[in-house]
Formats: sequence, structure tokens, C-alpha cells
Amino acid sequence: MHKVTLDPVTKTLRRGDVPTVINPLDKHALEEGLRIRDEYGGKVTAVNMGREETICREALAMGADEAIQLCDKAFGPGADTLATAYTLSKAIKKIGNFDLVLCGNETVDGSTAQVPPQLAVFLGVPHVTRARKLGFITERKLRVERSIEYGYMIVETSLPAVIAVTKEINTPRIPTVEGILESYQKEVKAWCAEDIEAEEERLGSTGSPTTIVDFLIPEIKRRGEILKGPADEVSRLLVQRLHELGVI
Amino acid sequence: MKEIAEYMGIWVFAEQRKSKLMEVSLECLGGGKQLAEKLDIDLSAVLIGYNVEELGRELIAYGADNVYMIDHPLLGIYQSDAYAKVTADLIHEHKPEIFLLGATSIGMDLAPTVAAMLNTGLSAHVTGLEVDEKRQLRQIVPGFGGKVMAVVVCPNHRPQMATVRLGVFKKPMRDESRRGNIVKVEVDITEDDLRDKTIRMVEEKPKEKPLEGAEIVVAGGWGMRAVGGFKPVRELAELLGASVGGTRPALDEGWIVEEQMIGQSGKTVRPKLYIGLGISGEMHHTVGILDSEVIVAVNNDENAPIFQVADVGIVGDLREVLPRLLKEFEKIMMSG
Repeated sequence: MHKVTLDPVTKTLRRGDVPTVINPLDKHALEEGLRIRDEYGGKVTAVNMGREETICREALAMGADEAIQLCDKAFGPGADTLATAYTLSKAIKKIGNFDLVLCGNETVDGSTAQVPPQLAVFLGVPHVTRARKLGFITERKLRVERSIEYGYMIVETSLPAVIAVTKEINTPRIPTVEGILESYQKEVKAWCAEDIEAEEERLGSTGSPTTIVDFLIPEIKRRGEILKGPADEVSRLLVQRLHELGVI
Repeated sequence: MKEIAEYMGIWVFAEQRKSKLMEVSLECLGGGKQLAEKLDIDLSAVLIGYNVEELGRELIAYGADNVYMIDHPLLGIYQSDAYAKVTADLIHEHKPEIFLLGATSIGMDLAPTVAAMLNTGLSAHVTGLEVDEKRQLRQIVPGFGGKVMAVVVCPNHRPQMATVRLGVFKKPMRDESRRGNIVKVEVDITEDDLRDKTIRMVEEKPKEKPLEGAEIVVAGGWGMRAVGGFKPVRELAELLGASVGGTRPALDEGWIVEEQMIGQSGKTVRPKLYIGLGISGEMHHTVGILDSEVIVAVNNDENAPIFQVADVGIVGDLREVLPRLLKEFEKIMMSG
């Protein structure tokens, strides 16, 4: 099955055979982590919630030092952003000592942009979203340029912190053949709910305050007049129609 | 488990920047008012800033029954940590059942933070809100690539939170004679409390006429490649006094800026006329245009989904059609 469909009974996604891909903004987040490590030192750990290793493998191929796959039936389906952020926070707490958590600002499916701030709350650290530029003021303080509508903010944050990045921040490196081969030597650690000491009632749909109860297919009532023919004629007709409709 | 019944009231986050209330917050007051009337409860606004007393009065003129006002020198500009803490504390104390925020770059940062602090549910960029017989808020969001709308509820947690985009609700009429309560809330904040601190905010004037409130929108998509880019879109927009918009591919090509992108992760527009040139009409984009009075499309593919949402469409080669279309619009604009 090469399409993602909706299960009308459980009201969740049926992913079928559709391959999972890295959320595009997460590549920028990973690249930022690699860039900082290359310049200042440190260790980059990639964390992914999902059933397959592919994302972790891709992260290792790009140059991550370690990768952790959070894989457990209990984590989903039906997990909303709160349950997702909780799960990720338990994994990060298990990893221990961290200075910086980097995320893509939003995903291409839900695009809620909610997980990074919620993750920060559960980790007990500050966060900055829509980061388009990062720089270190001191070892423990970051200066972040945060994009807003028609402009930007300058935010200074102490570390540790969660930073959610936009695509303006960098250009993600393409994995080299060397990098890909090296990555096969690295292990993808698989952690389940018990490994991260997660409380069951805070996971998956049980741990999600929000739930989908229905789907609506928007009813579209439009004139639907399609004009075909010589360009001169259809252009004239279109403008005439708009004049008749009173919009110009 | 908190007592759901204890939670009453509709709250709206009144976002201000440089002591000016954001349009979307006023629109949320409009939408909030409809819900408040249906549930027969108060509508309140949360206002955080510095020297914003006048804005409090304005919020009452726009329909708020109560304004919880936090006026503090350190909070004039948005502070992620402090605004969230102050808002969560207020909600803990007063227990509103619904809390709405505009889906701005600030609202989209503040809302999830507050929701996590309160351990409650949040829907992002809702396109509609209703209350059912059980006083439950039905939140309508674009779902799964936008081909359907999903209805989300938050049955066991309060407040029920949602971020709302500009253009979803109508701004209420301003009524100077309205009376309400301004509650001044004292907070104890020092510099040390701000783990992350906004140093300054720089706002630049949009280079082109913004989409917000546009009567006519001319948008372009990937198909504009065939005619070498966005020049015809801008020409037509200028002729009609319209705002320029586009799809994500147009943004990726650098033909438009993020603020001009229309769709699920961009803007919602409700002009009287929307013209889509070289746009295929994937739901990701069309969710942002469905409230337009008249939708026009020009595309060379008769199977393009845009034609299913168009009032009038031209199936044709953009290279042939666009110059002639521009001429026809010129003619009618001159004679009008």
C-alpha cells in the first residue's frame, strides 16, 4: 500500500508501505548540532521515535556520534504533542548530561510546532523557537536570532536549552560515502518504554489530552466553470465573468 | 483528575507588540464572544506588557468582559519564560475552560509552553471552533496533508486550548460604551527569573502589500516556471491593487517570502477575489483560500485539483494565456 490512509474506526493513520523520511527541518537541526560539534567539540546523539531504524541510520550517515531509536507499541499511535514531548523528555533524561537539544521547528505533516516548547517544559529548561541563527556568547550562553513575521528577535538563553530551528539556519551536509560506511559500524540503540522509565499513562493515546473524534470532508460548492479554447477568447470570457460576478 | 466543572469562562490571549494589539487577537475576541454567548459565560482577555492600560480599555471596547492585565517593565517585549509562567499561574488561579491564542510567531511559542505547564491539550492553527451539547470544544484542524479536516476534542483536561490564524474569525465592532473589569495582576519578576531573555525585537516593514486584509490576492505556484518566474503575478497584482501570494514551491524558488505563503503552514486569506496562476491546488495550499468569495485558476493541466475548488478556471498554456489575460484586465480597469 503506497498511500497513507485514515482508519475510519480508530481515526488514526495507516502508514502501510510508505517509507518514512526524516522531517526536512530535523536535518537542519542535526546539521546545526554537527556544525557546533565540529567547531567546539562534544557529542551528537540523534533521537527518533518510530518503528524503523531508517531515520537513525540517516542521522549516523550524516555524522551523528550515536543514535537512539525509541520503539514501543505504547508510544503510539494516537500520541499527541504532549505525549510525544513527554516520551522524548524521558529518553533525553535517560541519556543524561545534555547541553543543547536541537529540533526542527515543525514537521511537514501536522506542522503544529508544539513539540519543542513542550519538550523544554518537561526537561525543565528554557527554549527558543524559530531560530535562524545561533552563536555562543559564553560556553553556557547562546545568542539566538529568532525569526518573526516581517523581522526578528534577538534572544539570549542560558544552557541547557531546547532550540527549534528553521531552514534558514544552515544547509545540511550530504552524507559522504565514507560517512555512510562508517555509520554501519555504529550501533542504533533501541529503547522501549521500560528503558526510559516512562509512566504508561502518559504515553500514546492514553497520555494525550487531545483526541480526534471525527473527520470532515470539506464540502466544496463552487461554480466550477472551466474555460478551454483559444487564449484570446478564454481570457476575455474570464474577465467578463468576474465583472458579472461583481468582483472587479 | 481536576474537576472539569470547576472550569468556566472563555479566555483570549491579547497579544500586543510595541503597545499595539494584534489583529488576530481582536478576531479571537470575536470568535470567543460567539462561544461565550452560546455557553452563557464571560469572555476575558489576558494582556501582558508595559504601560498597556489603554490597551485594556480597548479590549473591553472589543468585547472583553474582564481584562487580566500584567503591567511590568520587564515584560514590555515578549519573554518566553516569563509570559508562560505568568499566564499559567493566572489560569491555575482562575480556571477558564477555553483559552484561545492567535497563531502568530509569539502565540505559537507561548501556547504549547503554557499547555505543557498545565498538562492540557492544544490544537494548532484551527480553522473552526464549535461547542457541543456537552460544553465540549470541537476544534477543527486541517489534517493529514489537508485532504480532510479533523475534529479534535480535549475531553478530560482543562483549559481546552487552541491557536487560531488570522482570518478565521471576524473582528468585532468597537463599542466605546462597553463596560468591563480591568484586573491588575501583580507579578514578582526580576532579571534573574528570565532564563532566556529577549533583548530586542526588530520589525521591518513588509516590502510588498501584505496578505492580511487583502481584497484581491494574486498567487503563483510551481507552474510559473514556464513563464520564467513571478513577474506576471506581480504585474497583475499591481494592476488590480492586489497582494501577492504563493505556494511553498514558490517560496522555495525564492519568488515570495514566507509571509506571502498561503496554506496549511502559511496564511489563510479571505479576499473577495483569489487568482491562482500555475498552482496545482494541493490541499496544503487550498485550505488557505477556501473562504475566498471567488476563486479563479489558470493551469495547463485540466486534472489539477485547483479546478475542483475554482469558480472559474482556464485550462491553458500560461505562456499564451497570461499576456492576454493581463491585457483583458487592463481594458476593464481602464474603462471602469
